[in-house]
Amino acid sequence: MSSILPPSNRLWWKESIDKTEWTWIGIAFVWGMIMFVMMIYWHIYGKQNLSNEAYKTTPEMFAAKAEKFIAENTIRKETDQEIPVVKVPAGGDGYLIARLWNWYPILELEKGKEYKIHLSSMDYNHGFSLQPVNINIQVIPGYEHVVKMTPTSTGTFAIVCNEFCGIGHHTMLGRIYVK
Amino acid sequence: MATTYRTCPASGLQFEAHAEKLMKWNAVVAVLWLLVGGIGALGVIMTRWPAFKLLPADQFYTILTAHGVDMLLLWILHFEMAVLYFASSTLLRCRLATPKMGWLGFWLMVIGGIMTNVAIFQGESSVMFTSYVPMQAAPHFYLGLILVAVGSLIGCGIFMGTLVVAKKDKTYTGSIPMVTFGALTATIIAVFTILSGAGILIPTFLWSVGLIKEIDAQLYRMVWWALGHSSQQINVAAHVSIWYLIPAIVIGAKPLSEKVSRGAFLLYILFLQLASAHHLLSDPGMSAEWKVLNTSYFMYFAVMASMIHGFTVPGAVEAAMRRKGFNNGLFEWLRKAPWGNPAFAGMFISLVSFGFLGGISGVVLGTEQINMLMHNTYYVPGHFHTTVVTGTTLAFMAVTYLLVPTLFRRKMIWPKLCQIQPYLFGIAMSITGLVMMGAGTLGVSRRHWDMAFSGAPFQYEWPGAAYLMMGMTGFFGVITIIGGALWIVLVVGSLLFGEKLDGGVVSDKPTPIPAATPAASASHHGSDHVAVPGTVVLAMALLVAFVLYYYVNWKYLSEVWLLS
Amino acid sequence: MAENDSDIPFMQKLLDNHFLLLVIGVVSPGVIYILWGIIDIMNTPLAK
Ligand code: HEM
Ligand SMILES: [Cu+2]
Ligand SMILES: [Cu+2]
Repeated sequence: MSSILPPSNRLWWKESIDKTEWTWIGIAFVWGMIMFVMMIYWHIYGKQNLSNEAYKTTPEMFAAKAEKFIAENTIRKETDQEIPVVKVPAGGDGYLIARLWNWYPILELEKGKEYKIHLSSMDYNHGFSLQPVNINIQVIPGYEHVVKMTPTSTGTFAIVCNEFCGIGHHTMLGRIYVK
Repeated sequence: MATTYRTCPASGLQFEAHAEKLMKWNAVVAVLWLLVGGIGALGVIMTRWPAFKLLPADQFYTILTAHGVDMLLLWILHFEMAVLYFASSTLLRCRLATPKMGWLGFWLMVIGGIMTNVAIFQGESSVMFTSYVPMQAAPHFYLGLILVAVGSLIGCGIFMGTLVVAKKDKTYTGSIPMVTFGALTATIIAVFTILSGAGILIPTFLWSVGLIKEIDAQLYRMVWWALGHSSQQINVAAHVSIWYLIPAIVIGAKPLSEKVSRGAFLLYILFLQLASAHHLLSDPGMSAEWKVLNTSYFMYFAVMASMIHGFTVPGAVEAAMRRKGFNNGLFEWLRKAPWGNPAFAGMFISLVSFGFLGGISGVVLGTEQINMLMHNTYYVPGHFHTTVVTGTTLAFMAVTYLLVPTLFRRKMIWPKLCQIQPYLFGIAMSITGLVMMGAGTLGVSRRHWDMAFSGAPFQYEWPGAAYLMMGMTGFFGVITIIGGALWIVLVVGSLLFGEKLDGGVVSDKPTPIPAATPAASASHHGSDHVAVPGTVVLAMALLVAFVLYYYVNWKYLSEVWLLS
Repeated sequence: MAENDSDIPFMQKLLDNHFLLLVIGVVSPGVIYILWGIIDIMNTPLAK
């Protein structure tokens, strides 16, 4: 009878449902299915899917691989902190370290080429937020995430850290060049 | 334990003495936490407003942690305890099961809440309420949260126990009322939530005191969000129950169909909690299959349920108003609705804001691939301030306008200000949420002290529009805080200085809910069968907004770098 | 009413069985979200 009283009809489940209600339920159901299929569709035909390639690792293991990559591919150093700018071989692997409080090193990419960018954290959670493109990926310590990326625009891009990682969080700004 | 029952003369509600006291105390403590969290909100918003940047970084993160914990956990959970006791003991007109345990739970929550706040304000636990490992807080930060969880689990147990008592004492016949069923849904979700919470917070506590060496950071996030997001689903179930409750009391609305609404709650019970995966869509360690099935609440069945409630709640209002004779055109029922009644106005704004802003943005944000556009941006707090603030908090504020006279037996002071408050708070927060989402769409980060990146080795300039949005967030955020402060003043003022109202007859036996006579149930059906064309139009507007916004975001996504 | 419940539909009985709902509501996400989630995490291969 009322929402605050027990249903007055003892067999309330047997009551018929109004046609408009059925219609709305049907619409809601169909819309839900469309949204569900959209995600699967995008996995098959879409060009922006987050990679599922991930490995368990340790900060030491990841840092060793990254240092090797940097040593082999550095093309110059920038800023007074001498941050290496590393040219990732086209179609090859690039490593990006997230740590308190920087993204290391600076990567240089070419437009239209596909890269495998390996992401991991040395300490806390960090947030890879590529701006102004606006791609956001969680970076978790102990996990190496291999993300395949193809830049579609050229210029200088910022990597903002958008997961809170302590007092210097707002200074954690990295850089990617796309030629 | 001996007890008495009081029947409120104005509302006819029957309050059992123990339950009444527990409800009052839980509600009062809830309001105090809202006050603390609200002061925190002021610090947070004034710091993120680029023109002011009020606090230094360390204080900002401390206050932000406190704001999250005090609002999301303490204000909401304490109020929810009151809702559970109301929906069981009061609506079923029976005694509360094990009131002593109720007090134990209450004190655990109070002590736990204070303990966690002490840890936060000592400054060594600015880890945000999510406390992702391996960032470590002081042990009493976690311990306090564990006590709060145990306390609320006891509350859930009492709710279930009270259902048993009511059945045994035959204080009702047939099925429990819709509102109680909604509260049952909230309780069930809460049990899962709290068990998950225990599953992760206890090991984390042990880790913080050095008894466990390491906690996997991905595992922590996965289990923690079974606590963090599911607790939001408790709120949804609780505020949907209140959406059913308020029109029932204010205009005598009844559900369009018991079957449909309860079926929708069943879908919540089955699937709502899966959405915890929303928070892990951009994580490395979870498979795409897991992400897709969970983030969609198992093929969007719980979204369907919300869309059903979004239809049946205004539908019940429309049907009730039409039965009263407001039958002209599509929307006379809406124009002539009791907009001057703050309980009704608050409830309706909560419904609309939650549906159009919180609901739509939540589903879009929770779409596996689209999430990459918004993960950890200001969009996220923008979204959830239109769910947990304009949705849950506003619904709780609205129902308080009914509880103060019936439960606390005080007349609300300053009725004119009471009338304005839900509009002020609801509309200002809806706008705040919208501009937060706007800034997030432009990439601005959440939990970020300085969007100018002072001290960074490089520079990055956000677009001018982002600064504009952040300024507007500040402006409307402050108005929201004024609206919230007004509510606290009105409620506390009424409790202290409001005119005392007659408590009604006290008896030492409960008066059961009269069984519906066969004649009565035969003459008018349990549910309301009035055509509701106005609601159909509103629902269609929601659907159109939903579909458009959903596909606009796919379009945005298709324009970013290629990822695979 | 207690005398004869046989005419009550199955779904109504289910919705009136609060403890059964509790079990369902804990098991469903316990399996689909938590258990499967743990399996996913455990299946993450070690980095080479
Ligand atoms: C009264 C007006 C309120 C204002 C102006 C406000 C403002 C804000 C702002 C600006 C943030 C984002 C800070 C950032 O990410 O940098 C925030 C975070 C948050 N707010 Fe509010 N808020 C208010 C009320 C509430 C209420 C009532 C609740 C819950 C019931 C709430 C829950 C939260 C939570 C959970 C966070 C996230 C904290 C975190 O990221 O760790 N807020 N609030
Ligand atoms: Cu960081
Ligand atoms: Cu950070």
